[in-house]
Amino acid sequence: MIADLATYAFTALGLVFFAAGTVGLIRFPDTFSRLHALTKADNLGLGFIALGIAFQAGTLAQLVTLALIWALALLAAGAVAQLVARAALTTSQEEE
Amino acid sequence: MSLALDLALCALILGVSLAAVAGAGVFRAVIFFITYGLFVAIGWARLGAYDVALAEAAIGAGLTGVLLLTAQGRLRRVQADRTERPGAPLPAALAGGAVTLALAWAWFVLPVPEAPDVAQALPQSGAGNPVTAVLLNFRAWDTLLESIVLLAALLGVWMLARDADWDAPLGPRYHARPSGVLAYFGRVLPPIGLIFGVYLVWAGTETVGGAFQGGTVLAGVVLVAMMAQVLPPPRASKRLLRAALVLGPGVFLLSGLAAAALGGSFLSLSAALAKPAILIIEAALTVSIAVTLALLVIGPAEAPEPAP
Repeated sequence: MIADLATYAFTALGLVFFAAGTVGLIRFPDTFSRLHALTKADNLGLGFIALGIAFQAGTLAQLVTLALIWALALLAAGAVAQLVARAALTTSQEEE
Repeated sequence: MSLALDLALCALILGVSLAAVAGAGVFRAVIFFITYGLFVAIGWARLGAYDVALAEAAIGAGLTGVLLLTAQGRLRRVQADRTERPGAPLPAALAGGAVTLALAWAWFVLPVPEAPDVAQALPQSGAGNPVTAVLLNFRAWDTLLESIVLLAALLGVWMLARDADWDAPLGPRYHARPSGVLAYFGRVLPPIGLIFGVYLVWAGTETVGGAFQGGTVLAGVVLVAMMAQVLPPPRASKRLLRAALVLGPGVFLLSGLAAAALGGSFLSLSAALAKPAILIIEAALTVSIAVTLALLVIGPAEAPEPAP
């Protein structure tokens, strides 16, 4: 019962971050602030959703899998955001 | 609740595929194609076809996505990506509609073929995963030809190299700043990907996974390592590289011939030897698939660009 409530609360919180990230992606003016909105919000959003689902996990293996998914998504999103930002920086400098 | 999820998924797949086909711009179409592949993978997972879902995500969305993005990058460099908007895509739409109608007709009218029950034959197949049993035992002929098709595709790509560039390293020169994020990423990710790829192959005989899925993950590892300049660009003339390319089809063919020599028919696996044979063939296939797919993505030999 309490586990279900925790799942609802944390996944809802995760969805709020996803929604905020999406709004930022659409509304922010340039690549860098859009990246900020996307990575920060998605990382937290995915984290809270994984945390929420973790309350439904039956075995330790499922918990570890969830944690691993989040950690790998963090690593990939962080690295890709840096690369996209650098590419955008190079392009904007070439245009000046 | 799950009906709502499935309906939303179907709507998303249709919407994203429409955006990939109808949108203007090559880059946009490629991005929507990758997204489409990921949604289709979720669709396969919802249908319980986890092997297909993995293959779609790894090959359909991931590897093909990288291939298309690379092609788009090349087109942009020669400014060929700004194609004129084609007129009414009527012929393509008509052809697509006709294929859909034919498939719908086949689905509703044709009788379901009386397939032998895979579950009954599974204990003799040497694999606990019915998909692996079909791929490497019951329909091994198809898989053998697929592995050879991959090799033929790579030879086709290599043909595109200019004669003068033939001895040059394969693919474009990648640049990664020595202490940059990509250099770091290219060192952190490969060990994880290596374990995951090998696990997919090893687990594939009993549960979800297999040589194609694992091989694609390993190809991704090789690509990341090459882009981060952890691995040097390979040359087509390297004997070890060529051996890796033909290892899978070669071992597959030899095991098929051995089966015929031992009194069975070509590519038949006797129940006693089936499991080790499948493991050996899958291991060899994985190496070839990983190397072939990675080399397909990086492309033909290219001389270094002259300094500007």
